[in-house]
Amino acid sequence: MTLGKALGAGLRRAMQDDDKVVLLGEDIGRLGGVFRITDGLLDEFGAARVIDTPLAESGIVGTAVGLAFRGYRPVVEIQFDGFVYPAFDQIVAQVAKLHYRTQGRVKMPLTIRIPWAGGIGAAEHHSESPEAYFVHTAGLRVVAVSNPQDAYRSLRQAIASDDPVIFFEPKRLYHHKGEVELDAPLADAPPMGLARVVRAGTDATLITYGAMVSTALQAAEAAEDEGISLEVIDLRSLSPVDYDSVAASVRKTGRVVVAHEASREAGVAAEVIASITERCFEYLESAPLRVTGHDVPYPPAKLEKYHLPDLDRLLDAVDRVLDRPNSLTGADA
Amino acid sequence: MSPQITPIADTAQDLELSERILAPDGSRVPNPRLDPFVADVDDAQLRSLLRDMIILRRIDAEGVALQRQGQLGLWAPCQGQEATQIGTARALSPQDFVFPSYRETGVIYSRGAQPADYVRMWRGEEGASYDPAVLGMAPLQIIIGAQTLHAVGYALGIQHDGTDEVAVTYFGDGATSQGDVNEAMIFASSYQAPVVFVCQNNHWAISEPVTVQSQYPIAGRAPGFGIPSVRVDGNDVLACMAAMRWALDHARSGKGPAYIEAVTYRMGPHTTADDPTRYRDEAELASWRRRDPITRLEAHLRAAGELSDDDVAETQAAADAVAKEMRAACLGMVTRPALAVFDGVYAEPHAGLDRQRAEYAAYLATFESGV
Repeated sequence: MTLGKALGAGLRRAMQDDDKVVLLGEDIGRLGGVFRITDGLLDEFGAARVIDTPLAESGIVGTAVGLAFRGYRPVVEIQFDGFVYPAFDQIVAQVAKLHYRTQGRVKMPLTIRIPWAGGIGAAEHHSESPEAYFVHTAGLRVVAVSNPQDAYRSLRQAIASDDPVIFFEPKRLYHHKGEVELDAPLADAPPMGLARVVRAGTDATLITYGAMVSTALQAAEAAEDEGISLEVIDLRSLSPVDYDSVAASVRKTGRVVVAHEASREAGVAAEVIASITERCFEYLESAPLRVTGHDVPYPPAKLEKYHLPDLDRLLDAVDRVLDRPNSLTGADA
Repeated sequence: MSPQITPIADTAQDLELSERILAPDGSRVPNPRLDPFVADVDDAQLRSLLRDMIILRRIDAEGVALQRQGQLGLWAPCQGQEATQIGTARALSPQDFVFPSYRETGVIYSRGAQPADYVRMWRGEEGASYDPAVLGMAPLQIIIGAQTLHAVGYALGIQHDGTDEVAVTYFGDGATSQGDVNEAMIFASSYQAPVVFVCQNNHWAISEPVTVQSQYPIAGRAPGFGIPSVRVDGNDVLACMAAMRWALDHARSGKGPAYIEAVTYRMGPHTTADDPTRYRDEAELASWRRRDPITRLEAHLRAAGELSDDDVAETQAAADAVAKEMRAACLGMVTRPALAVFDGVYAEPHAGLDRQRAEYAAYLATFESGV
């Protein structure tokens, strides 16, 4: 099953399990969404639960807030990552704060799904990685999925959570396939906030999330050819970050690279490395490194390959944290 | 019920475009549109409306006083807007749900507030002044216009539930420039949601006159969204109540949203941090004092022989008693302990915040006395 289909299955299951779950978004009804994630749900659940909205993102999220006040569990689809900014106030000033303001009397169990990040040659505003804004915002949970199984389970967990969840879906993986256990009890799934070691290793830890998990696994395979054992961690949750799992790995390897597509300054990698340094400074054999998008606006599609961290940039950073000559150029670290 | 297409140039002209039942001198003027909605309102009810407005003004004055005495961080006075707030709020059913801005002290009062409910937020003790479920009212909203969308979403939920409740949102003339308010009207119209928009046009958004927000009667915008509207004299409590009953009937009977513009005046500052003498004329304020909503209804009742000096004195005493309770509740508040700063951020455990809380608790524990 593809990651996109797994998300659709997760939505369907959540709507079957709880009739308070309603979907809102642009083109999610008859069209099934521009990525077809909600395909078939209008026919199955009707227009009262699969709501095609006017083209106004603040309006979509603000309306979802009102539905939550009424006891509903809204799932919002923001059509593209770059379209979330008009909804920023409603997310940051309303969704994130109402539970705190009311000491828990008002619950905001929203899930805000965001097709996310680059690598698909899209037009401007269709390839953004805005996750750090939301990680920085108290009151939100932030999830980024990397495979169909996780997409199916994490989406159901996000919808079931009484907290608001910003749910990032790597759109370049929408068509990637993987095994999905549709009927396994959700209670048996790993909790939403836990990281996952997707490949065990001993020489260095490579931490990332979303579509970059695939790139990191490729890097680990390439490194293995050179006798380097990389541990790859899929963070899965960016708020909270599972520092217990991260620290356990870093204590083992002593060397760490954190990678993401989003730009660098004040990004998730900065926070992760700062926290690693606070928790396991004495275990570090070398300075942790970041491999990220550059601090530029997302570039035009023909240039995005120079922006997105790729296999070689990851391996270059691995060489440097291992204090070994560059595996491509032979230059000293 | 839509106004004529006439640009608003000045206050007098502005007011002529609004519906009223009581003239500023208290005399009753026939209003074929609104009269049927208040046909049942007898003199006893009018006295009750007057009483509410007098008590509200006293609560508001106490709020200002408490702020001036350092007991509140801020207060947003509603003096001058008593008729708008009491008239509309008294038309609500208990099961209706209100999404207010921050100046709706009169609506809080009408929803059955306890004395502390007026001040908890302004004193800085809590993020919300009252329990939304108890008052049927969302927390006060400071982001201009954001609450209008929440009302529409709530109304969609009502529609989905198939009940006859109505969601109501209050906002000011300044808010009508916000995207959220316009989006709320679009969403409400598209889904025919049972929501009532109450715009209190109090003529000033801090220092900006309403003409900066709109060169056209604000109620006149609503029909362009497919929402019927009425523009009422917001200092006429009967007209406000009638308009609200019309709007609630409309929404409750499945006809979709309705919109009220209540033309009123903010007689005080925007908040206690504001100085309106920097931007508006004393003459304008004086002209609005002559349209005071309380003296208007009082004049009406006295002319009808339905109000005695004793009645007024009793009401003032009752208002003083409410203010005294409010003051006592305010001064008696106990600030939560240090670790409460972490309470309620999330509904479920959050490893990152839980760790911060533990670290801060450990830090506090290093002080001999504790905190």
